[in-house]
Amino acid sequence: MAGALASDRASSAAIRRRRIGAASQHLLLLAFTLLSLLPVYFMVVSALKTKSEFAGNQMGLPLAPTLASMTEALKGGDLYLWLFNSFLITAASVLVSTALAALAAYPLSLMRWPSGRLVLGLLIALLVVPPIVLVIPLFQMVVDVNQLNTYHAVIVIYTGIMLPFSTFLLTSFFATISRPLLEAARIDGAGTWRIFQEIVLPLSGPALITVVIVQALWVWNEVLIAVIFLQSQSLRTLMVGLTLFNSRYRLDVPVVMAGMLWATLPMLALYLLGQRFFIRGLTAGGVKG
Amino acid sequence: MKVGRWLPWIYALPMIVFVVGIFAYPIATLFRYSLQNVATSAFMPSTFAGLNNFHYIFTDSLFATALTNNLKLFLCVPIMVALSVILSAVLFDRPRGWKIYRTLLFVPYVLSIPVVGVVFGYVFQYQGVFNTVLRGLGLDLLAKDWIGSPRWALPTIMFVIIWKELGFGVVLCLARLMSVNESYFEAARVDGARWWRILWHVTLPQLAPALAFYAVVELINMLSWVFAYVYVMTLGGPMNSTVVTEFYIYQQVFQNDVVGVGAAAGVVLLAVVMLLVVARSWLERSFATHGYE
Repeated sequence: MAGALASDRASSAAIRRRRIGAASQHLLLLAFTLLSLLPVYFMVVSALKTKSEFAGNQMGLPLAPTLASMTEALKGGDLYLWLFNSFLITAASVLVSTALAALAAYPLSLMRWPSGRLVLGLLIALLVVPPIVLVIPLFQMVVDVNQLNTYHAVIVIYTGIMLPFSTFLLTSFFATISRPLLEAARIDGAGTWRIFQEIVLPLSGPALITVVIVQALWVWNEVLIAVIFLQSQSLRTLMVGLTLFNSRYRLDVPVVMAGMLWATLPMLALYLLGQRFFIRGLTAGGVKG
Repeated sequence: MKVGRWLPWIYALPMIVFVVGIFAYPIATLFRYSLQNVATSAFMPSTFAGLNNFHYIFTDSLFATALTNNLKLFLCVPIMVALSVILSAVLFDRPRGWKIYRTLLFVPYVLSIPVVGVVFGYVFQYQGVFNTVLRGLGLDLLAKDWIGSPRWALPTIMFVIIWKELGFGVVLCLARLMSVNESYFEAARVDGARWWRILWHVTLPQLAPALAFYAVVELINMLSWVFAYVYVMTLGGPMNSTVVTEFYIYQQVFQNDVVGVGAAAGVVLLAVVMLLVVARSWLERSFATHGYE
């Protein structure tokens, strides 16, 4: 009897402790989530204000929400141009890099290739090379062949810089494809190219999407190479343009924030739609070690 | 799959060509530049400089400042690691809505550095939002010129870096925890272990490999991927207080036109990064021998 009472009391203490625990967990998560979203909040509420409302109301919700700043930011067409440049460069370099990475990952993961281990090891070592180190000689090379301020020079550089990572990632994804399936196709007389086209690629849809998304995020947000290799006004990418945009509209914060918001929306939308691909691709190296 | 001897090379050839052109040849050229007075016009020959470029950077106080600033950025890493452990452990208890929290905590990692830099620039300027809040709370003394003063500019950049990179660590640790056998945690819970004890004795050891990976990746980031933060937020100022090695190299090569000096600094940067990589593989091996997998 007394024992049952004591254990009753103990369990109600445990329940209370769990409730306090759950509440403090939510409090912690909520605090960090709000902090994570703070700049997005500031961007959105400011972009929906006019300059005069912002002067009196920096942080609060807009009292008279207006799209005036959002349309003002698009005036002059610079933002469209930068968006176009970023889209073009991102799409081209990600496409080429993914295609070449898939071609190289195929023998690295699925063929008997004695030198393959060495090649993969070298690729992994290259993952950590700081881009600034490559940029110094690359700049001289590009100038020597008169290709400064061209789309293709930048596309080639981005492709090359991404290849170690995309090849490495695709190699680890391809390695999970069932070998007996490939051997069976081989016995049926399929050549290596047909196996690649009809078995490896179709089975790797999610892996390819993951690699494409991770690379697209990187190129879209890249600053250093874009600053150095695209110096002419008409070739600027969005990320370089934004810093310019900021100094141009310095005195009209809502328009600056509207520009930032326009620039953020494509990646944010892509992330919210393809979240699992982002997370899988970015954590792929770390979970399995 | 058994194939002809040359077939793998043929498939990999386009990738190899690109990697040689973008990595191997430039790195070889970098070493050559570091020993030269590199000509900036086609009409003047480059001359051999011996170790003069290295001598220059090691006596240049700005290079010392730049390297020191990179080392200061290393201080971000333990903070990121600690916060990732706590947040991922809390998410792993799967409180209601944990998936939404995870989605939103990862948002900063997806935003671009220019956007983040510009927005935080407004938040932290002297008449900005953050100081307004501080003054509103009566904490006028704490209101500083966060970006415009040499004392606070670098810590402010560090805050922004932690803010942006934390989501990566949380998601990484969470993914690791979810791949761990649940029975470890069950056993601890059945034994009635408190939350903090489970965190210390079960969660943390299980996270060790993921944390080692995260820490090394971020240390390398602090050395070689922080250019964009500095370029967007401070351009190295005020009074060179936020110059990092990457920015130093950028200035030497693209503003002062002394390519050889920049290349020498590049060689030093590359050496430091390689040192970290060696340390990482050593760490990994010692984890493997201690039985964490």
